[in-house]
Amino acid sequence: MYPTTYHKPETLEAASATLGDAEEAKILAGGHTLLPTMKNHLAAPTDLVDIRGIAALNGISEDGGTLTIGATTTHAEVSNSPVVASACPALACLAGGIGDPAVRHVGTIGGSVANNDPAADYPAAVLGLGATVVTNRRDIAAEDFFDGMFATVLEEGEIITSVRFPKCDLAGYSKFPNPASRYAMVGVFVAKSGGSVRVAVTGAGEDGVFRHEGLEAALSANFSPDAVDGVAISSDGLLSDLHGDADYRANLIRVMAKRAVSAVA
Amino acid sequence: MAKVKLTVNGRAVSRDVPDTTLLSEFLREDLRLTGTHVGCDTSQCGACVVHVDGKAVKSCTMLAASASGGEVTTVEGLANGELHPMQKAFNDNHGLQCGFCTPGMIMSGVDMVNRYKQAGRELTEEAIRHELEGNICRCTGYHNIVKSIQDAATKM
Amino acid sequence: MSDGIGARVKRKEDKRFITGKGKYTDDIRVDNQAYAAFVRSTHAHARVVNLDTSAAEAMDGVIAVLNGHQLTGDGIGNIICGWAINSKDGSPMNMGAWSALATEMVRYVGDAVAVVIADTQAQARLAAEAVEVEYEELPVVVTTPDALADGAPQIHENAPGNLIYDWEIGDQAATDTAIAGASHVTEMEITNNRLSPNPMEPRSAVAIYDEGEDHYTLYTTSQNPHVARLVLSAFYNVAPEHKLRVIAPDVGGGFGSKIYIYPEEITCLWASMKTGRSVKWTSDRSEAFITDAHGRDHISTAKMGFDAAGRILGLKVDTIANFGAYMSLFSSAVPTYLYATLLSGQYNISNIHANVRAVYTNTVPVDAYRGAGRPEACYLVERMMETAAREMGMDPAELRRINFIQEFPHETPVIMTYDTGDFDGNMDKAQAAADVAGFAARKAEAAARGKLRGIGYSAYIEACGIAPSAAVGSLGAGVGLWESAEVRVNPVGTVEILTGSHSHGQGHETTFAQIVAERFGIPIDNVQVVHGDTDKVQFGMGTYGSRSGAVGMSAIVKAMDKVEAKVKKIAAHTLEASEDDIVIEGGEVKVAGTDKSMAWHEVGLAAYLAHNLPEGMEPGLKEGAFYDPVNFTFPAGVYIAEVEVDPETGVTDIVQFTAADDFGTIINPMIVEGQVHGGIAQGVGQAMLEHAVYDEDGQLLSGSYMDYCMPRADDLPSYTLDHNTTVCPNNPLGMKGCGEAGAIGTPPAIINAITDAIGNNDLAMPATPQTVWRAIQAAKAPLAAE
Repeated sequence: MYPTTYHKPETLEAASATLGDAEEAKILAGGHTLLPTMKNHLAAPTDLVDIRGIAALNGISEDGGTLTIGATTTHAEVSNSPVVASACPALACLAGGIGDPAVRHVGTIGGSVANNDPAADYPAAVLGLGATVVTNRRDIAAEDFFDGMFATVLEEGEIITSVRFPKCDLAGYSKFPNPASRYAMVGVFVAKSGGSVRVAVTGAGEDGVFRHEGLEAALSANFSPDAVDGVAISSDGLLSDLHGDADYRANLIRVMAKRAVSAVA
Repeated sequence: MAKVKLTVNGRAVSRDVPDTTLLSEFLREDLRLTGTHVGCDTSQCGACVVHVDGKAVKSCTMLAASASGGEVTTVEGLANGELHPMQKAFNDNHGLQCGFCTPGMIMSGVDMVNRYKQAGRELTEEAIRHELEGNICRCTGYHNIVKSIQDAATKM
Repeated sequence: MSDGIGARVKRKEDKRFITGKGKYTDDIRVDNQAYAAFVRSTHAHARVVNLDTSAAEAMDGVIAVLNGHQLTGDGIGNIICGWAINSKDGSPMNMGAWSALATEMVRYVGDAVAVVIADTQAQARLAAEAVEVEYEELPVVVTTPDALADGAPQIHENAPGNLIYDWEIGDQAATDTAIAGASHVTEMEITNNRLSPNPMEPRSAVAIYDEGEDHYTLYTTSQNPHVARLVLSAFYNVAPEHKLRVIAPDVGGGFGSKIYIYPEEITCLWASMKTGRSVKWTSDRSEAFITDAHGRDHISTAKMGFDAAGRILGLKVDTIANFGAYMSLFSSAVPTYLYATLLSGQYNISNIHANVRAVYTNTVPVDAYRGAGRPEACYLVERMMETAAREMGMDPAELRRINFIQEFPHETPVIMTYDTGDFDGNMDKAQAAADVAGFAARKAEAAARGKLRGIGYSAYIEACGIAPSAAVGSLGAGVGLWESAEVRVNPVGTVEILTGSHSHGQGHETTFAQIVAERFGIPIDNVQVVHGDTDKVQFGMGTYGSRSGAVGMSAIVKAMDKVEAKVKKIAAHTLEASEDDIVIEGGEVKVAGTDKSMAWHEVGLAAYLAHNLPEGMEPGLKEGAFYDPVNFTFPAGVYIAEVEVDPETGVTDIVQFTAADDFGTIINPMIVEGQVHGGIAQGVGQAMLEHAVYDEDGQLLSGSYMDYCMPRADDLPSYTLDHNTTVCPNNPLGMKGCGEAGAIGTPPAIINAITDAIGNNDLAMPATPQTVWRAIQAAKAPLAAE
């Protein structure tokens, strides 16, 4: 690693101040992407601001159907939370499938969402459930938050404090892991609220997570696996790599969508 | 430099180390606890797994400074006068060959058995294989690692 | 004897590993430790125009930045390939020069051009990045066919057309005639995918130069420390052998990749002398992917002719092997004497001809990886057999049985003489254990769940314990392939075994002790196995090619024979009996049929006290032996894979894997089963998961575990194993070797099973979900068109 200065502030204000003062600071919220990148000399922040010492950023609560998960809440905490299991079991299931057990003990929702890895799981839930990303400065709707591969609308010094998930009737997530990395090669999150269905796809898009209008229309009309069969799934704009080209990913979107629906329908 | 204060295998330690020091480096180079191994640079192989505050973590992907104030258990700290049931099970069931991934396997094994017991869930063969996603072994084909963990689960 | 031959003795070496007290090379840190970091080419093929080390030299902690001109200037020799293969026209192979640090040219991404020595590893790595190398990029060739294409970029001046050799074995005319007269001919193009070995312990070296003694010590991750010392001394001129100690302490797996003496170890030794500091280098995984020798990477076309009854008339094979940018230590032997000589498989084939061309490409050097040539041969033969059975409408097991060799010894047309075997017996055991009879019902049940179930066979044979030395020497080997042992009985009766074999996971400390415990009737805890240190152990050849049982243990037996003879003489003298009447039993040395006896340790003590030895006998009780085998050994078996494919995604689940192996005598079934388990996993890796893939610029795309798919626990089933035993007639214990079988026998069984499931025989390794899904789509396409 290139030399860096580590900070572990105890308040949001202190974190914000450190971020503002530093030449090129990065927030450390788990580090399972950032630290390997630094080890390989592909990132060289002058300062690391570890936000896990800020007590207010950790925890899970439910209020009137809205589920709020603090930014530094780990994947293991989400996956094991009775509150999440009762409010949105698909989210608990998604969190329980990120990385491996040791990764889930450390990786956090805030870190995952802020990094917006095109193969990460959480962005599918955030977009699929129409969540709100709450920062130290503002509330950002999921629609507006993700801004292409590894990019979000977060500004310099802006810190995610929590993610708020609205209530939905039914939700399911089905993931096809990359055989090597085990990140999502395709992950499809479906969420039904009343007569409306949202479908978010991660792992597959050249610009990161996206909603699939065709699937949403078909599933809004008929929330069943069979409804997926009639939908045209284009491979345009889908990723191609060693493990799966765009056509294969398009097929996986269909299959994962059916499986996500059949798990809950 | 960062001041790192930890309780490692029950002993308080304190060192000033560069901020970039990984927990795995701190254990291996500063404390010379070389049982914790490093087998990859993408946080996947799990040879470096230790327990921090009772939870399995990949010590190659955690700064020593981040862990400061916590309690760390490494494979060297597992035996308490006699071998831990997980260690014994790996010997009884030929759960290791070259031994390099073994410390991580044992620490992950202990962690998974503890978690399943706490949750009152049954640790089936399928569950063990799934739980081992973050631990790679090149020698054993996993057959006897799975048996070792199954065996230890009945004795922990 | 509970700890003797055949006992499932728990491993003696485990305690240190399960408590974190193993001592691997990277665990070693000496006084005055400095660290090396290599400056590596980022281009696959380029001329080094300029190397500017000034910025790096000025950085904190940097002791020296050394380059290839300095290295060659100090007389460090080029890296060699140790097995000379001549082309069929008699010309010698075209070996290009390989310097540990490149001077004028770089030929693969990862080729080292300089090394930084610094006080800390972090400083060395930062400074290595600051070395400025100016390259003139040259055209790149990556694939085997491209290497031989007209006008292909020339990688080594002395290898025109990138051809290393063009070699053949067998009778071409007779084979052509036989196939021409066949009633059925099966033809296939077969690719054996390129792999990265990936032992979990990355390579590491700690080099220590003692100026006062003009002596070097090298701790290194080696499967064969004596061979390393020999090569470092005789060819690389680092130091004469008596001034160089090589220690391979605990080594975390090898699988072939730690046989070779790489640029890094050479450079660390030399740099230690240059800087007066102990120099340590430990590879990280990313570096391992671009420096550890890769394995396999063959493309072949093959034709197999059958008569109307399904009997094989002839097999003709044309293979091109990719050697990467340089010829690694045993590279030349892999696609020739370790591959083409096994193309007869378990079958009675009168006519075989194989032509093998080896080529350079701008990729990491390729050498032996678990199985080495034999997996490639087995894959080709067993894919051909399964395909032929399908084409001829025969049961694949039956077609194999019709052609199995029944009488031994059997001489194949590709120079091997199989000593013994029971191929039908192996098949019987495998079919019973796999419940082949119940397959149809299982397939129907799977179909009801929407899954495609398939079954596939592989009847593998391999040649282990490569030998005898004179024979391999006549075939071009630069070394003898014997093994050494010394048996030291201490005055208190405990025993040390000094072996030239090296254990890096195989459990020698247990199995070698078992044969001593059995022979002398002493507790296994009283036996210590010593290995891996050239200062402690006499010259030995090391561990690879499944040789440590059949060759290494045979040397121990030979040394024990000598010890036993001396023990009997001493006991006969002391007990006033005839030597012929002395028996060693249960820790006692007895006069048969009497109550006269000495305890084992009393004989040891008598030998060292030397107060009352037979006339003319030297004191002490220590004997050495060198064992040179009289033939290869031939482990063989039948593997049966059963898979279920999800047609929607192409995901393949191995639902059952059965192995019935004939390894001859088994010392410790627990350890042998472990070897088979691990081999199967690596075979599954090759068949379904692993692939070292380069892009057209010669960049390794699968250069980390993010893209190179290592087998994980949830990719694999629990395995069903059985054994059949025909004792090897050519070594004292009757052993054949078990280390590589799984990696050899598994890939064709898996691919035969998947192709059976999906109804499309056109499927390449690795059969990833995408590859299988595409094959399913392709199989559907003609139906859709109808």
